[in-house]
Amino acid sequence: MSATALIMMIVAMVVIWGGLGLAVVNLVRATPSSPSPIDEPGDL
Amino acid sequence: MSTQSPASQPPSGATQADIEKKRGSFSSRNVFIFAAIGSAVGLGNIWRFPKEAFDNGGGAFMVPYIIALLTAGIPFLLLDYVMGHRTRGSAPLAFARTHGKTEWLGWWQVGICFVIAVYYAAILAWSLRYTIFSFGKDWGDDPGTFFGGDFLHASDPAKGVSTDFVAGLLIPLVLVWVAVLVIMALGVQKGVGATSVIFIPILVLAFLVLVVRALFLPGAVDGLEALFTPDWGALSDTGVWAAAYAQIFFSLSIGFGIMITYSSYVGRKVDLTGSGLVVGFANSSFELLCGIGVFSALGFMAQAQGLQISEVAAGGPGLAFVAFPTIINEAPAGVLIGILFFASLILAGITSLVSILEVVISAIRDKFDMSRIGATLAVLVPATVISVFFFSTTSALHVLDIVDNFINKFGILFVAVVSMVVLVWIVRALPDFVDHLEGSGSIRIRGWWPALVAVITPLALAFVLVSDFIDTLETKYGLPDTDYPDWMVNTFGWGLVAAVIVIGVLASLVKWRPDTNLSIPAIPEEENQ
Repeated sequence: MSATALIMMIVAMVVIWGGLGLAVVNLVRATPSSPSPIDEPGDL
Repeated sequence: MSTQSPASQPPSGATQADIEKKRGSFSSRNVFIFAAIGSAVGLGNIWRFPKEAFDNGGGAFMVPYIIALLTAGIPFLLLDYVMGHRTRGSAPLAFARTHGKTEWLGWWQVGICFVIAVYYAAILAWSLRYTIFSFGKDWGDDPGTFFGGDFLHASDPAKGVSTDFVAGLLIPLVLVWVAVLVIMALGVQKGVGATSVIFIPILVLAFLVLVVRALFLPGAVDGLEALFTPDWGALSDTGVWAAAYAQIFFSLSIGFGIMITYSSYVGRKVDLTGSGLVVGFANSSFELLCGIGVFSALGFMAQAQGLQISEVAAGGPGLAFVAFPTIINEAPAGVLIGILFFASLILAGITSLVSILEVVISAIRDKFDMSRIGATLAVLVPATVISVFFFSTTSALHVLDIVDNFINKFGILFVAVVSMVVLVWIVRALPDFVDHLEGSGSIRIRGWWPALVAVITPLALAFVLVSDFIDTLETKYGLPDTDYPDWMVNTFGWGLVAAVIVIGVLASLVKWRPDTNLSIPAIPEEENQ
């Protein structure tokens, strides 16, 4: 595998998968998940 | 035009909380995020992205692709989110509550979803049968001939629509519809939400195993080299940029009601902007994983057959039902690859199909105050009949090919551009949307987000739309591979696209029940504390 292709693959992984990691960290830090006040049973 | 109606209580005796309980909801933010990822991650991730990247500059494609994600994909996702979350309604109700005269846009989106669901189920049925075929490699030595002949019994396209049913297509198709009926009848949380919460982790795990297996096949490195070697010259080609924006747009399930519907089911205190970032990047993350897995396998196939990667690179049904069976025939532990690949198609497809149908069911419930079961039957029974009639016969592949092409390019893309322009430039709803997103999000969007959704995103999508339109007019659809009769293209292509718009307008003329609140709903007291 050429160095250019390898670098492009790593860059894509770092940007996209790293972006996902950062987005998850941001979400968890900003607002911990809590149940919705609108509870299920309805929906009938 | 005035922008909106003020927040108000429903005219009937029921409180807003009662109404929202009756509609159903996701039990938490995480269920909402899983459902949104389940919708976005679909067949397009697995069989569209790898070929698009390979055809449009290889590694260089990642540049416009990531720019498109950040400048159009995530901004449009947030636009859908704010529409549904602020108005607490299905697509037609969300548009009606944003501005009374825009309700038809919501019904246009509902019509598109119905059409897509009808043929999307057929692809799931094919995947179901191919999962079973994988155990015995039942396609034999020539998967291409098997797919068109023994499996589809494909008729001559020139003969138009056939009424010759194929039992091998009919039975799995009915099974898919029964499974979906059960899921949809279970409701928003126990059906739609739970399906994604269970299926998406299994899908990621299954595909990870598949990718690891594919990476160790001989020739896998050649496949990855072909996929990621950048052709920097491609960046000066507007067609490559259009392909990147189109890939992001079609992949994220934006612009046709799904994300509007889903965001209307989540609690008011959810972090919309933060959730949008997670969904956008999660979709692209899976897409990248698909690219690596698919091209590793194609690299093996090219080496095994002594061909160039470009000669075996395929997308769409050709990749799934011809190229992959060929790989499975020749690869060590091919049966495992087959089961993982086709099961992944089913898992990715079913969560997307459920999201598409929820747009229609939710709209019917909002408009006619139907029970969940009643609305599910009202949508799924006719959908199943139409689906079986057109997609379990010998002309299934031809009808599917035409409908899929036209409803995507001139249905989804067209309604997305029109609704964006109407909301931003005619109704001028953006200031209210910005306030809502700022009030419920962890990321500041004032300034950059309005600029993107007002100018960059509609311009980029309009460019793709016009390019596709000109291209379709200049060439006869289907050629050179298939010579469809003109009436067939005009009926299942242009005719269907126009019919969905007309039906959307007509549906918007049906009056809402007198007790329907057409203003932005007030926040229930228990949520305002």
